[in-house]
Amino acid sequence: MIEVSNITKTYDSGENSFQALKGVTFTIEDGEFIAIMGPSGSGKSTLMHILGCLDTPTSGTYFLDGKDVSTMTDNEQADIRRDNIGFVFQSFNLLPRTTVLRNVMLPLIYANEEPEKRETEARKALLAAGLDEKYFAHKSNQLSGGQIQRVAIARALVNNPTMILADEPTGNLDSRTGEIVLGTFQRLNETLGRTVVLITHEPEVAEHADRIIVIRDGVVVSDAKTHTKRKADHK
Amino acid sequence: MTTNDILHETYGALTANKVRTGLTMLGIIIGISSVIAMVSIGNGAQASIQSSIESIGSNLVIVTPGATRSFGAGPQQARGSAQTLTVEDGKAIQAEVANIGSIAFNVTSRQQVVAKGTNTNTTVTGTTPSYSTVRNVEVEDGSFIDESDVASSSKVVVIGPTTAADLFPDGDEPVGQQVRINNGIYTIIGVTKSKGGSGFTNADDALYMPYTTAQHYLSGNNYLSEIDVSAADAETTTQVQTDVTSLLLERHNITDSTKADFSTLNQADIIATASSVTGTFTILLAAVAGISLLVGGIGIMNMMLTTVTERTREIGLRKAIGAKKSDINTQFLIESIMLTFTGGVIGVILGWGISFVVSSLGIISTTVTISSVLLAFGVSAVIGVVFGYYPARRAANLNPIDALRFE
Repeated sequence: MIEVSNITKTYDSGENSFQALKGVTFTIEDGEFIAIMGPSGSGKSTLMHILGCLDTPTSGTYFLDGKDVSTMTDNEQADIRRDNIGFVFQSFNLLPRTTVLRNVMLPLIYANEEPEKRETEARKALLAAGLDEKYFAHKSNQLSGGQIQRVAIARALVNNPTMILADEPTGNLDSRTGEIVLGTFQRLNETLGRTVVLITHEPEVAEHADRIIVIRDGVVVSDAKTHTKRKADHK
Repeated sequence: MTTNDILHETYGALTANKVRTGLTMLGIIIGISSVIAMVSIGNGAQASIQSSIESIGSNLVIVTPGATRSFGAGPQQARGSAQTLTVEDGKAIQAEVANIGSIAFNVTSRQQVVAKGTNTNTTVTGTTPSYSTVRNVEVEDGSFIDESDVASSSKVVVIGPTTAADLFPDGDEPVGQQVRINNGIYTIIGVTKSKGGSGFTNADDALYMPYTTAQHYLSGNNYLSEIDVSAADAETTTQVQTDVTSLLLERHNITDSTKADFSTLNQADIIATASSVTGTFTILLAAVAGISLLVGGIGIMNMMLTTVTERTREIGLRKAIGAKKSDINTQFLIESIMLTFTGGVIGVILGWGISFVVSSLGIISTTVTISSVLLAFGVSAVIGVVFGYYPARRAANLNPIDALRFE
């Protein structure tokens, strides 16, 4: 469960300070598929960094599974990222010249898991993300965009995180591959009960989620489930 | 992360750009190998000079006329061939100074030596039978001069192997043959064993005769050109030198020791001086090699900084999925240590090879000491840490957000 309460973030750069978030409050239950939508400059990236424990808020509290993560040190935040959050980035960020399997194992390596467990978990995650077993030994730079993003999703999934945080996951993909990726998220959410937080600026992408939080100029302007959920067409 | 994981990552990172890794490593390889080679050559030179000095005798105190002690320009320097030492001086030393092993009186000059149809210019040393023990001269064939030869000023000579080869190139047996020196006829009674050509002079190119004979027929006076005193053991060398000096000062009626008309030279002093000279050269060579090692280290740092910049996104990703600062720091530090360490191993092998080649070409007999190898390893590891520390810290301190945004 994610409880964000009255979070602000101010960037100080000398004389002029800039307030990116002006008091954001919402709660995400386990198993929700939620989209955070807003145009560029709305503060959604800042919010994503705070949700992902990559940054700390200037004020307000952020509870992740009952733990206050808003005042943690660098190392404590690193532990939270490792154990509770799975990231999917717009630009994939796989390690080049490294096999698919090892890319997915990376979070478990930092978590000091046993080598055997790493491999079984990584295989499980890759299959859940919908990648065929024949690609497991491929180097990450030998795959197509859609396959790469599935590997990235598997990597986000491998440590059984509280939430999968996807930052514009379809931004670098064509619309057909984008649909496949969004379909993967929907499947993970519906069949495995994963909490997925999707950050995007495109309404069509956001509409794949159950609930949409719209953020503009650092405040939440709408938080609703009023849209018709799009079903990803990926078959 | 386990050690195995770190090594896996390091191997992957270092082999990603093999040419760059190789070139960077080359700096360390050259540095380490030149340190090893230079130190081994220096040690070899030191050992060879030391052994050549030791081969002239053991625990030797050499007394020569003239004050060669003052090297500055001045009237005394002209007395290098002064005639101040007498046989009586030598006998007094033998009688009064304690802890003397043996003593030899020498009259040395360069002479033209003529045999049948051949001739050579060599050092003629008029001496006493004790010369063979004082100066480690052994006789290969025939015998050395004896007391009766000295007493009767016999016209007998003992020649060195080089002189023998010069005078009898056809391989005739020298012992029993006659040679002519300064219009006198002398009989060869012995040939000495080869001491090997060592450093400054060739000890095998020599001719010995009784000092009395040399005084009568060659120099024509009662002076000695050198007294070789061999102390009983290494500890007493200094005492013998001091006693000889004070005895001779007294006999020559000199009160101010700086105005002495003779000088004494202790073999230990010669060795010490030569060692300090070669030691200085070794340090000089090693220092030059050390500079190249330093340059190699800077090359490592340069490459690591480039790598950190190139892999900014990767560092950001690693941090995002849970790597701590210390994980990133360790990873990059291990990378640079592996780089220098591998370079160090290759460098040691190369340096060893160079010194082996130098030895086998007969230039100088080098010795690679374990300590220099360990030193080289230690230095290369330290270079890895020192020059890897800053890039690794830089990587570790990258903000994951900035790192992920980095294009």
